[in-house]
Amino acid sequence: MNALGDLLSGLDWSPLFISLKTGVVATFVSFFLGIFAARKVVRAGAKTKAIADGILTLPMVLPPTVAGFFLLLLFSTRRPVGMFMLNHMGIKVVQTWLGCIIAATVIAFPLMYRNARAAFEQLDSNLVYAGRTLGMSDFSIFWKVIVPNAGPGIIAGTILTFARALGEYGATSMLAGNIPHKTSTISQRIAMVIQDGDYMTAGVWVIIILIIAFGIIVAMNLVAGKNMKNIQRW
Amino acid sequence: MALEVDIKKTVGKFTLDVKFEAEQEIFALLGASGCGKSMTLRCIAGIDTPDEGRIVLNGRTLYDSEQKINLTPQKRNVGYMFQDYALFPNMTVVKNIMAGMGKHPSMDVVQRYIEMFQLNGLEEHLPRQLSGGQKQRVALARMMAAEPEILLLDEPLSALDAYLKWQMEEELLEVMKRVDKTVLFVSHSRDEVYHLCDTVCVLEKGHMETIQGKREFFANPQTVAAARISGVRNISAAKRLSDHELYAEEWGIYFCCDRPIREDLAFVGIRAHYIEISGDDEIKERNMAEMTVDHLFEQQFESELVLHPGLENGKKMRLLMEKEKAEMLAKKKKIRIHFPEEALLLLRE
Repeated sequence: MNALGDLLSGLDWSPLFISLKTGVVATFVSFFLGIFAARKVVRAGAKTKAIADGILTLPMVLPPTVAGFFLLLLFSTRRPVGMFMLNHMGIKVVQTWLGCIIAATVIAFPLMYRNARAAFEQLDSNLVYAGRTLGMSDFSIFWKVIVPNAGPGIIAGTILTFARALGEYGATSMLAGNIPHKTSTISQRIAMVIQDGDYMTAGVWVIIILIIAFGIIVAMNLVAGKNMKNIQRW
Repeated sequence: MALEVDIKKTVGKFTLDVKFEAEQEIFALLGASGCGKSMTLRCIAGIDTPDEGRIVLNGRTLYDSEQKINLTPQKRNVGYMFQDYALFPNMTVVKNIMAGMGKHPSMDVVQRYIEMFQLNGLEEHLPRQLSGGQKQRVALARMMAAEPEILLLDEPLSALDAYLKWQMEEELLEVMKRVDKTVLFVSHSRDEVYHLCDTVCVLEKGHMETIQGKREFFANPQTVAAARISGVRNISAAKRLSDHELYAEEWGIYFCCDRPIREDLAFVGIRAHYIEISGDDEIKERNMAEMTVDHLFEQQFESELVLHPGLENGKKMRLLMEKEKAEMLAKKKKIRIHFPEEALLLLRE
């Protein structure tokens, strides 16, 4: 017990905050981008839909290292885009917290997009038409009618996006690296301490991640249950 | 002219081809489901786009394929009431009503509509907490509060049960009479149309059959589809023999008529109420027939006596009468019936 106490008191908590910060920012960005993309795809023609949906969903089904490879290809300071960003805007993505965010966003975005899309497709289209004949602008129909009524799907998407962003490992380790206090997220810290054979510390982080993940799933079920109150069960 | 519509639209094998003009009146589009009534309304509202044609409302062109005009639904200023009302489930009654009132809705106006549609006390309710009739009132209030130039009602009563329907029909009539606007009313129920409308347009498989005043439509339908939908139960294919004679093929009866028979006659019809029973010894020289009793079909206040003409592939004849009389007649084997000449409907295809 004492050993655990010593471990906890001496533990570097920074991975928790880096992971949480990354998760929140990536979720925030994915929320708007995902809803925006879902809206565009739902309205697109069949061919555009199939292709756009493929591209937007790809990061979810590819190994994260493949996404990491593409991100490195894009943002490496030895490549045109990365070089341009560093020299002209002073922005460095590789080996920085920004890299964590970009990696997590790219990987988690499809969850937001797919959930939002499913929610929009289930929405009664007459609600949209009613809004139009009443003279509401498409913008206000979207935010006042579509988003609230697609609520459960969008909330589920948001929570899943957060969970995925929080635990992202593959692409993050390639793009942002594992720099303590800077880009070292919980999942990267676990991998690192296990390599050092420090199973005790790894176990503590595993428990922390388990608690957060379980909390997220329970929260999602509670929210979904609340919104499903009026839907009849079979 | 309040509303002019002349549009064509093809969806798969179905072609909608309608052309009509509606004054400031209650104009019914009547037809079986799938005949294109709702699609017509959706084209007028701008929810669907026709393939070609034009739609003009009070002198304003809403759609014109030649001039490439196609206003958005927002700019058409058309009130549309959906079959299921399409109330916004996330908004209260008040918020629903305010949805179409622009950026700064006046609470006084909202209050006026709340009172007009007897929604007092329900202001903060969500649509799922309302009964069918209340939902319809909110949908009406919401539509009216947006101050549309024309009202399009898509089967407004079909979502209500029979008792409520009867009550809402009266309320609806009151609203429609009060607004002084063109009301386009889509329905498959001749009763609704009879109670509520001035002019009836019959749609059949995407094309227009006839446009007639309501009374004229029920008294004297012109086509077989119009006759069927106006509730004529007895219809037989018919052949014109001369200016004043015709033969009803599916009944095997020759009819004489003093009025001239139309050249394009294809069917003859008679309402179940208008067929008369003649005594056995009574002799009328024309428009008589003897038919076998097939069965008795009891209804709540009347009975339907179904007769068979005795022909192979003959069409049954239905007579509506008082219950007791029908029961008495049903005991007989054969019955002599008489068709009053003025009740015969001469129909074209």
